[in-house]
Amino acid sequence: MNAPTPAAPLRKAVECGVPDNTPHLHPTMLKNYGNWKYHDRPRPGVLHHVAHSGDEIWTVRAGTQRQMDVFTIRTLCDIADKFAEGFVRFTIRSNIEFMVADPKKVDPMIVELEKNGFPVGGTGNSVSMVSHTQGWLHCDIPGTDASGVVKSMMDELYNEFKTEEMPNRVHMSTSCCEINCGGQADIAIIIQHTKPPKINHDMVANVCERPTVVARCPVAAIRPALVNGKPSLEVDEKKCICCGACYPPCPPMQINDPEYSKLAIWVGGKNSNARGKPTFMKMVASGLPNNAPRWPEVNAAVGNILRTYKADARPWERLSDWIDRIGWPRFFEKTGLPFTKYLIDDWRGSRANLNASTHIRF
Amino acid sequence: MAKPMHPTPNLDQLESGPWPSFVTGLKRLAKDKDYMVDILGHLEHSYQTRKGYWKGGTVGVRGYGGGVIPRFSEIKDDAGKPVFKDAAEFHTLRIMPPPGMHYNTATLRQFCDIWEEHGSGLIAFHGQSGDIMFQGATSENVQPAFDAINDMGFDMGGAGPAVRTSMSCVGAARCEQSCYDEAKAHREVLNTFLDDIHRPALPYKFKFKFSGCPNDCMNSIQRSDMAVIGTWRDNIRTDEALAKKWFAKHGMNELVNDVVARCPTKAIQIKEIKDVRKGDNFSSVAVNDSQALEIDNKDCVRCMHCINVMTGALATGVDKGATILMGGKRTLKIGDLMGTVVIPFLPLKTDEDYEKLVDLGQKTIDFFAENALEHERTGEMIERIGLVNFLEGIEVDIDPNMVSAPRMNPYVNTIGWDDEVAKINAKKAAA
Repeated sequence: MNAPTPAAPLRKAVECGVPDNTPHLHPTMLKNYGNWKYHDRPRPGVLHHVAHSGDEIWTVRAGTQRQMDVFTIRTLCDIADKFAEGFVRFTIRSNIEFMVADPKKVDPMIVELEKNGFPVGGTGNSVSMVSHTQGWLHCDIPGTDASGVVKSMMDELYNEFKTEEMPNRVHMSTSCCEINCGGQADIAIIIQHTKPPKINHDMVANVCERPTVVARCPVAAIRPALVNGKPSLEVDEKKCICCGACYPPCPPMQINDPEYSKLAIWVGGKNSNARGKPTFMKMVASGLPNNAPRWPEVNAAVGNILRTYKADARPWERLSDWIDRIGWPRFFEKTGLPFTKYLIDDWRGSRANLNASTHIRF
Repeated sequence: MAKPMHPTPNLDQLESGPWPSFVTGLKRLAKDKDYMVDILGHLEHSYQTRKGYWKGGTVGVRGYGGGVIPRFSEIKDDAGKPVFKDAAEFHTLRIMPPPGMHYNTATLRQFCDIWEEHGSGLIAFHGQSGDIMFQGATSENVQPAFDAINDMGFDMGGAGPAVRTSMSCVGAARCEQSCYDEAKAHREVLNTFLDDIHRPALPYKFKFKFSGCPNDCMNSIQRSDMAVIGTWRDNIRTDEALAKKWFAKHGMNELVNDVVARCPTKAIQIKEIKDVRKGDNFSSVAVNDSQALEIDNKDCVRCMHCINVMTGALATGVDKGATILMGGKRTLKIGDLMGTVVIPFLPLKTDEDYEKLVDLGQKTIDFFAENALEHERTGEMIERIGLVNFLEGIEVDIDPNMVSAPRMNPYVNTIGWDDEVAKINAKKAAA
């Protein structure tokens, strides 16, 4: 009998935390860290920063698909090694940035990026890449896909990404459920369920901690119940607002539906403090079909809002600034979007969203 | 060579058009990996039926309680076996990026090699919380993949009721509007809470985000429990050469309509140079031979608009630090909450200043851990107990900058009024 092979010692995690960024900084950025003077934009997709030392750095920004295969990442690395001293960074909207200290490298790098299918743009008053979620590819609760919706939209908005012709920057997001991981944006596309969850009563007792599920409901529409002799949950469908909050802690509360999980459009979110205070976005349309693989109805609705904003807003007006000036009735008039009763807020604090004045534009 | 592809008529339609296609990337990976052949089949099934088919579970790495997002396929045959058997498990590793999401290519290439060996070969830069998402590994491969990534000096991010991975803007590395060292703040704060990141034991998630100026490129005010947003206390700086250059290009109409008229507090005026007020609170800069911009800094709310428009001609001050806001989050469960001011100004220059920031984070997390209900975010807790109780808990004095207006209802017992006035006066006298 052979003696059992001793097991290899188990490696312990090194709890090293957030890594130092200095090994990842372009030398010009490291040298002028915290000592920049101003910037301008020589052309869409390119930033030019000048330091107090007189040093200059050019940044070329390009769009990516966010979920990248290793071959795509290696191609981007090849471009960075060839033109950008081997350093890159990513923006919050999954754009990649290449920094160069030599302006002569900018144009050839742009040619190389575009040749490899990466659009150069996303700076200034452009429509930048849509920040988005995981969707059907990886999420456990998605009502729709994310990458596919974004691909479809960015195909349509390609020229708006590559130019700076909007009144101000446009940030967009998509989210596959009402949790809205995509986040606040000038224009957001978010799943809006329209039917209460279908409950798989055979599963609830085994899978769900029922008091937790009851506590999650924002309108107290869920209560414990015995169904067919099994402990389960029931939903008061008159109270249910179809938000889907019960679904993550209890997958048998099936909220996603191929037909009745719709898409809603929200506008006017702004996190910057520039001009007015930050704002939350507001719902302006709902009931759009979850029409994979290219979501044409969503694209048409978003395109319409963007075209109207582009034609009507003044320079430096974000979508929310524009609506502040023209007023919501005019927003609905100009976009042709129907103002339905579902757009009048009745959640807590809703009276703050009613017009308590005689300020009316005729 | 991998096994033959499943037909993917829906996904195929996402390969046309000019934007980079993730489907083309998935198909490239599927040339070598049966795993990805089945992932494409799995995703196509979602497209055809318009539903998701992943369920969570429990997968982790030794020593940590979180950071892996487990996914098991729910597309099963009558016998309960996964239809796409090579894609039965598709777990994600959340890895924390360097502050500002800067990378040298050697690091990215090493990530690619590791993930090609142990995982699907699909990496997202970045997830919505700021993690590098290594998407798609079997349960068996999660540990070796993490070991290799961890050996590079990268660590697992947060998931579940934990301190979450953070984000900071490009900041001081390349932006003239940066008001503190975002990377230093990001690392010092986050690396204080590694135990709370890796071993989820809080009532619910807690997010820090770091933006270098009030443009808040990290969207911290709307989506973090503690937002650190750079600002300054002294006057806006000016540069006459750049102001004149801007004016020569843009002219008076743009100066009036795009800069002066858009100041939210009307702190900017155009004046004849001879009429410009001088004094401690005023900044001014000539735009031509006779006219100048005059800014009354006492009225300026540091919104950034004029600085954004006339970059360099106008610039942030030099007495820099951050405004700290707490309680931001999105909808579930009580509705959207914006972060609100808890510290109007915290200087961020010396090491001691950064220690104060870490200390505030520590007090806030301690209070949150003790007082929040299960699945309650910081903002919801503040709404339930009131800002004053929260401030007492984290030992912060009240300040009128914390409100947009004082109370507008009489429903409060003010019997302690005189005591409070006496305390305020005593503090003033001691200062």
